[in-house]
Amino acid sequence: MIEVKDLHKSYGRHGKANALNGITFTVKKGEIFGVIGPDGAGKSSLFRILASLILPDSGTVTINGFEVIKDYQKIRQIIGYMPGRFSLYQDLSVEENLKFFATLFNTTIEENYYLIKDIYQQIEPFKNRRAGALSGGMKQKLALSCALIHKPEILILDEPTTGVDPVSRKEFWDMLDRLKEQGITILVSTAYMDEASRCDRIALILEGKFIGSNTPQGIIDDYSEILWSVIGGKMSTLLSVLRNHPKVKSSFAFGDKLHITVKEGLQTFDLKQYLLNKGFNNVCIDPIQPTIEDCFMALTS
Amino acid sequence: MNENVIEVSNLTKRFGHFTAVDHITFNVKRGEIFGFLGANGAGKTTAMQMLCGISLPTEGKGTVAGFDIIKENEKIKRNIGYMSQKFSLYEDLKVWENIRLFGGIYGLSDKVIAEKTDELLEKLNFQHERNTLVKYLPLGWKQKLAFSVAIFHEPNIVFLDEPTGGVDPAMRRQFWEMIYSASDRGITVFVTTHYMDEAEYCNRVSIMVDGHIDALDSPSTLRSQFNTESMDEVFRQLARKAKRAD
Amino acid sequence: MKQLIAFVNKEFHHIFRDSRTLLVILGIPIVQILLFGFAINMEVQDIRVAFYDPTPDAFTTGITERIRQNAYFNYLGKVNSMNEMEVVMRKGKLDLAIVFEQDFQENLVHSGNAAVQLLSNSSDPNRGSISVNYAMAIIADYQKDQMNISQIPFQIQTENRMVYNPLMKSSYMFVPGIMGLVMMIICTIMTSVSIVREKERGTMEVLLASPLKHGTMIFAKTIPYMVISFIDFIIILLLSYFVLDVPVNGSLFLLCLIAILYIFLSLSYGLTISTLVDKQVNAVIISAMTAMIPVLMLSGMIFPIDNMPNVLQYFSTIVPARWFIDAIRKVMIQGQGLTMVWKDVLILIGMTVFLLAVTAVNTKKRLE
Repeated sequence: MIEVKDLHKSYGRHGKANALNGITFTVKKGEIFGVIGPDGAGKSSLFRILASLILPDSGTVTINGFEVIKDYQKIRQIIGYMPGRFSLYQDLSVEENLKFFATLFNTTIEENYYLIKDIYQQIEPFKNRRAGALSGGMKQKLALSCALIHKPEILILDEPTTGVDPVSRKEFWDMLDRLKEQGITILVSTAYMDEASRCDRIALILEGKFIGSNTPQGIIDDYSEILWSVIGGKMSTLLSVLRNHPKVKSSFAFGDKLHITVKEGLQTFDLKQYLLNKGFNNVCIDPIQPTIEDCFMALTS
Repeated sequence: MNENVIEVSNLTKRFGHFTAVDHITFNVKRGEIFGFLGANGAGKTTAMQMLCGISLPTEGKGTVAGFDIIKENEKIKRNIGYMSQKFSLYEDLKVWENIRLFGGIYGLSDKVIAEKTDELLEKLNFQHERNTLVKYLPLGWKQKLAFSVAIFHEPNIVFLDEPTGGVDPAMRRQFWEMIYSASDRGITVFVTTHYMDEAEYCNRVSIMVDGHIDALDSPSTLRSQFNTESMDEVFRQLARKAKRAD
Repeated sequence: MKQLIAFVNKEFHHIFRDSRTLLVILGIPIVQILLFGFAINMEVQDIRVAFYDPTPDAFTTGITERIRQNAYFNYLGKVNSMNEMEVVMRKGKLDLAIVFEQDFQENLVHSGNAAVQLLSNSSDPNRGSISVNYAMAIIADYQKDQMNISQIPFQIQTENRMVYNPLMKSSYMFVPGIMGLVMMIICTIMTSVSIVREKERGTMEVLLASPLKHGTMIFAKTIPYMVISFIDFIIILLLSYFVLDVPVNGSLFLLCLIAILYIFLSLSYGLTISTLVDKQVNAVIISAMTAMIPVLMLSGMIFPIDNMPNVLQYFSTIVPARWFIDAIRKVMIQGQGLTMVWKDVLILIGMTVFLLAVTAVNTKKRLE
């Protein structure tokens, strides 16, 4: 469905941020492919190239057999693209926006209503309200409806959940699941590591490179560090004490616990003893399964 | 630790018929890290604007850093620091120029600014980036610098509005370690975030739903109160009750 | 076609929902006309004039009397030598000196030609030039009267540019100027801003990612402003005609044609700017600097082109409004036909084609 080969893109002398340094991947029909990484890693550049909006310095992209540079007009027919920031007309009403985008793609709201029904129904009560007066979550739903109205084969969503609260984020991913059932291929980027599990396959991106690409479980299975969680005592002091231990490779806060990676040969018992000597008499240390975030941190360290 | 730096009672803000913030009451202690959570549109931003002295409450009263939020809002501004994800530093100024600018805004002398600039850059390991335009810094670095600038004038309280959105995991944690050290120095940290793991790093969190505060306690107490393992679930249970259209 | 209509619709929505801007673009012509018509008096009054007439005769006395009686002139008297004239002029006590040649009447009767020299104090070039124009008009008027009486063909040699403005009303001069200014402002600033706004707000990204043809978008963008600026043109025309009593002497059809051509030109310029910048602020600044100020300063609207330094005169030839104003003056005030304005029209067409070509070359199918 989507084939990307050795994509490069740079932005002049200072262009470290947002640049791409050799990206290769494929996306299969009907899957949700997540590109996960921090801001400035190149997610938006990558998606804009895929949407035929900017030209790569080198490398090739084909979507459904169409070449992104040469056949950009065909590509623009089959993709639905939702840019990172809210990109609808704030001074037009909800319905006017949707109608406008439908006409732009030579279709009507009625024709593809079944596709957006789930999403659009939630904002339909406000269809006469100006888009600028909508709350964040509703804007998102409208933007998604507009990107879907021409029944695209591929949906390209650039950080659709940034700045959205956890509950709305979950709802948004539920919507993507339903779209996937309709056979739409979805390419989505996010800076939230916890959203990785909602994708069929993910790629972790940092400084314009994929540092890992697999199914979420595959990424976790490839994790090679020894990972423990530590809990008990004051976080900040516990952190610095752990970092001073010669066999602790890294230690970071994860919610109410600390996640640490250690060198081979260290036993949980030894570490517990060490902490006890430092005055931490109520710590729990357990080996744990890594999360995607642990993997990302291991891959970037 | 027991001195309150923020005391708010029945704080309310109405826009026409819409009550954005509905009688909220809470205190924040000196040096505390206070997490201010809530769904989009729950009224967090409006509440924060009132605390920072940029928006007048319709009802209720409160003090921030010992100053009345209605009568002494100019004094409040001098005693707080503020940083948000959307705006923190001037992109087209160099690192040191930003530091000098904000130092100057808070009335620090050139000599103090110069000394503290060196100190700050050294602490952040930023010396080599002194003359870099801020827009060329990676986001994580930018946010760390922005936080340092927000507490450059040693304010009583620093307000952080989603400071870590989009920042990579390791940087995010380094950022929080900076928050801890500020808190150890006695600076009160008032922070909003959409990362629920970050809620765990706070001493206490409040969760806003439809303009009022529905939960306020330490993360561990909240977790046991809602009988769940994660703050994520606490948040979800509360936010589900929201009636406001988003 | 459906896309185009939907897009034009959207543009009108933008315009009508931004009522303040709409008020400004429809209010500009009214305010300008009233401002120039009543508040700002461009008419030069109290022109201090002196005569040097070495050989007084019936004609020179006639001319002298006419100028003396004219309300705009303040007759200081006659001088006895050119030297004296120069002294008074240098002291700044004189705006205009009128010098008749030796044996004025004789020359006129015998050879049919006589010269009168108009010397203006050009420390204020505007006042000087207008004084000269007034005097010329009076002389030309006098000549016409005399010819009617005597039936002898003769010529008093002055440049009789103001002969078409016998009432000497300044509104005749600035109405075409305001047309040039208002339409340039609206078309250029509004189109460039409305396109650049889409870039700035990120909506351009979505438009580009859709199958919409770029040409359709550009065309749709320009239609509303074409309509609005034509309405402005009509407003100015009506106001000038009914409020300021400016006649429409030439063909109304030709006038509208020239206006439409100029609107096209201004739109093209707006498009050109929009391809060059990414921020609304920059679009406004560039449009204002390159479209508004030259129209005010270099088009002949306020400052006569003939009085400018050579460099500026050359420079003024690339200001479209100069040609537009010239053409409008000729058609509207002087009542000339296409034969007299074909040069202006061709230049305007040429400029439009040039700008469209530049736009086409710079237009991108992508974001960068």
